[in-house]
Amino acid sequence: MEEVDVEPSTTVTKHLGFEWGPGDLLVYETNYKLQGPRSASSPSVHVVRRDEDICSPILRKLFNESHLIFVGLQKIKEDVPSKNKKSQFVSISKNYRSVIRACMEELQQNAGKPSQYGDQVSILLAIELIWNLCEVLFIDAAPAGSLLLHLLDWVRLHKSDVDTRAREVLQSDSPAQHQSYWDVPAGTQTLTEFDVKWRHWHEECDRCLQDNTFASNRHLETICKILVGDEDTLLEQRELLSTWYHFLVTRLLFTHPTIKPPDLHYYAQSSMNMFLGPRASPEPLDIILLSAFEFDLHQVIKDCSIALNNWWFVAHLTDLLDHCKLLQSHNLQCVSHIRSSYLSYMHVCVSLWQLAVDYFDHCPEFGRVYLELQIERVPLDTERKAIKVLRICEDRQMSEQVRSICKIMAKRALRNNRLGSALSWSIRAKDAAFATLISERFLQDYSNKGFFTDLDLLDNLGPAMLLSDRLTFLGKYREFHRLYGEKRFSEAARLLLSLMTAKIAPRSLWMTLLTDALPLLEQKEVIFSVDQTYELMSCLEDCFSSVFQDEDIESTKTELLRLALARNLAMAIVKEGTIET
Amino acid sequence: MDPTAKYISQKISRTRWRPVPAGLLQQPEVFAAGSWDNESNRVSIWSLGDDDSDTDGEFDEEPRLLCDSEHDGDVTDLQFLDGDRLVSASSSGAVAILKLQPDCQALSLAHVWERAHRYSCDNAPCTAVVCRSPELVSVGEDGRVILYKADQTEVVRVIENADSSTIHAVTFLRTTEVLTVNSIGQLKMWDFRQQSDSPAQILSLTGDRVPLHCVDKHPNQQHIVATGGQDGMLCIWDVRQGNTPFSLIEAHSAEMWEVHFHPSNPNHLFTCSEDGSLLHWETTSGSDMSTLLQRGWNSRVVSHSGVPLAGEDDSVVSSWLAGDSSKNRLEATHMLPSQTLSVNSLDVLEQCLVCGTDGEAVYVHRQLPNFSI
Repeated sequence: MEEVDVEPSTTVTKHLGFEWGPGDLLVYETNYKLQGPRSASSPSVHVVRRDEDICSPILRKLFNESHLIFVGLQKIKEDVPSKNKKSQFVSISKNYRSVIRACMEELQQNAGKPSQYGDQVSILLAIELIWNLCEVLFIDAAPAGSLLLHLLDWVRLHKSDVDTRAREVLQSDSPAQHQSYWDVPAGTQTLTEFDVKWRHWHEECDRCLQDNTFASNRHLETICKILVGDEDTLLEQRELLSTWYHFLVTRLLFTHPTIKPPDLHYYAQSSMNMFLGPRASPEPLDIILLSAFEFDLHQVIKDCSIALNNWWFVAHLTDLLDHCKLLQSHNLQCVSHIRSSYLSYMHVCVSLWQLAVDYFDHCPEFGRVYLELQIERVPLDTERKAIKVLRICEDRQMSEQVRSICKIMAKRALRNNRLGSALSWSIRAKDAAFATLISERFLQDYSNKGFFTDLDLLDNLGPAMLLSDRLTFLGKYREFHRLYGEKRFSEAARLLLSLMTAKIAPRSLWMTLLTDALPLLEQKEVIFSVDQTYELMSCLEDCFSSVFQDEDIESTKTELLRLALARNLAMAIVKEGTIET
Repeated sequence: MDPTAKYISQKISRTRWRPVPAGLLQQPEVFAAGSWDNESNRVSIWSLGDDDSDTDGEFDEEPRLLCDSEHDGDVTDLQFLDGDRLVSASSSGAVAILKLQPDCQALSLAHVWERAHRYSCDNAPCTAVVCRSPELVSVGEDGRVILYKADQTEVVRVIENADSSTIHAVTFLRTTEVLTVNSIGQLKMWDFRQQSDSPAQILSLTGDRVPLHCVDKHPNQQHIVATGGQDGMLCIWDVRQGNTPFSLIEAHSAEMWEVHFHPSNPNHLFTCSEDGSLLHWETTSGSDMSTLLQRGWNSRVVSHSGVPLAGEDDSVVSSWLAGDSSKNRLEATHMLPSQTLSVNSLDVLEQCLVCGTDGEAVYVHRQLPNFSI
């Protein structure tokens, strides 16, 4: 269990209340006091975070690099033949491990105080050790002959400095024997050939020992005993072999170099018992490694989840093993649970929300649901961030989320009086209702000020105009004003009329539209034809009867309009009745 | 050749090469990176290390951090004013000038215009900034265009309500003219010599008004401009010509964040996008089909629309605009080895390319493949 290394700076003497959050704890002081007078509590709320380290820059590199590998792994196609896939999986496993190593090295380099990153480094060391073993035993699934070689590599990689010293000691005294020994496994021989040769050599060593050939030199005798695989002698070298698994591999090297995978666990158990002795009890790491040697994959995963406080490792390893089809189907739920635990772990570092999306995508059961809930809670500080979130939602056809995010941004824009921005967000969400709202706002502005604002937007609406009726009206109405400004009166007149007769214009604005028609009616030239005038008249009557509100002003206006319409009608009849000569 | 990747533990919003002194045929070595979406954002300066001490030409060195400085708010844009000074735009609405010490040992704040972009009761992010020393222009979500001079504390000019929507990017066309693009798909040209606050010209695509996110001007020909938008389309415009772009190319499958003409070799164009790819576009005038087929990598061959400009001398007509599709083809190459998270920014100078992604990695190409000046 992790312990807090840092003393909390504030000491709180009041009753505390708390609330669980996604990755942290909210703690606040309450007014409640068991005895004594009540005093005011501080208004601050404390956020207690479980893992500060997750946000450390070096660990972030681990998350980001491994994310890239994870995404690449998911893309490996199913139909590739299994032999090629195995080599791919092994190389992916190696990639993961190199990322872990790089992270570990950087932590070691950058640690100010030796204990600062000590915990992290040791956890990463353990992780790499276990991962490497799993790669050898499960992913690469080395067969009998090469199993030991791989295990040798594994041990060598993790106890490199000890091994060099040991090897130096061993090699310096009897180079000849060792030369031939090391050469043999590297050659291209079958397992049985090698086995025969090895037994021969082993017998010779044994005979040397029995004959007391090396009795004169204690060192050589010790070496010969080691070569024979004498367990007691090996155990004497305990300082050189600092761990039981090193002992195991050494023992196997000298007694059973052609060990088969199923036989491994017997030797593992006995090695551990012999090495650790009766007093010491195995540590969690030892138990995990033992389970690995016993090929009990599920036990390994279970123990890792419990012992190592690091969901990153378990999540990625199980994903890789799942791809290798090594996990049984009933453990899919386990995979899913592990992945969601990883995600909640990652959530502590808020910036990693984009990485989390890819993991959610590959969460077998509830991934989509979690993602939908999660994506709505990403804070939208800038438009650019909102655009990125929207892209994620659109790629996954999450239309509800798209609508709600666009609405949030549009409302914000509207509040800040950025009507163009608000409209562009509504267009993206295809939100007709909001577009109507924005158009109403424009029209309101127009009624208040007497002129249109944001002409650059209104003049260039383009096909977006069709999103909502009100918006279309707005665009066309502005067009009418523009045509009028350009003195294209007949076109303007036609447009105005169509706005009323096509019923796009809201009733409330009919009076305004009719008033706009006045200057056209008052022109010297007849603009409205007879039919058009009749239509205008009927519109006026409609308007008069239904929308009539303010008596005085309206009645004056209607009188004016009626007069203008009547005059126009007269002139139009005359004009149309005249024969051109 | 694969680019060098360096994970820097912060999401990168902008990367920019430090300009090399003119006349010295040097490759750029120092770049600046700005972060976003972090609890504390930073502007950092990185170096690629010596490249001429190594005679065998191995450029395996990772970029190494020289110095950095805290930045208030997301770094929404970054531009080098000159060799020593850097301008940054912030999501808090501020525009700042940062000074780089001569030996790149420290980065300090020289001057900041706080709340240059704002709403009446809130901060408005500044979205882009462009420099032509000593002048700077910034644009923001509040729809303002602001002109500054690097040595003056007060802003020189503000065009209020330049746009009713967010202005996403800006570029200088001439000394007194800038071009902005906004989120309703319009390009607007502003002339600072004019007193009025309205644009000199407005261009937009007929059809859907897709928000435009980036713009860049052709280095030699000031009327040619490239834009990229929300739908990933790359458009090449001739601003004298009016409302239709000359070429519309389906470049990316998501928002295009930056487009850059190569400053000394404008037949090359670079674009980067939210879909995680960085493309290198090359116009090859007059190359035959066999040359094109020999290149085995991803290439998208697209022909141009548009007619050659009347009365133009053939030698002046840019290969980006001139019409005949059989003579001028466009090729695209992916510059990043695999699909990463969004590539937010790129910069190219001489033979070097640097870009930054949301996967917290910076990629550097020290020798652009198949690139000749």
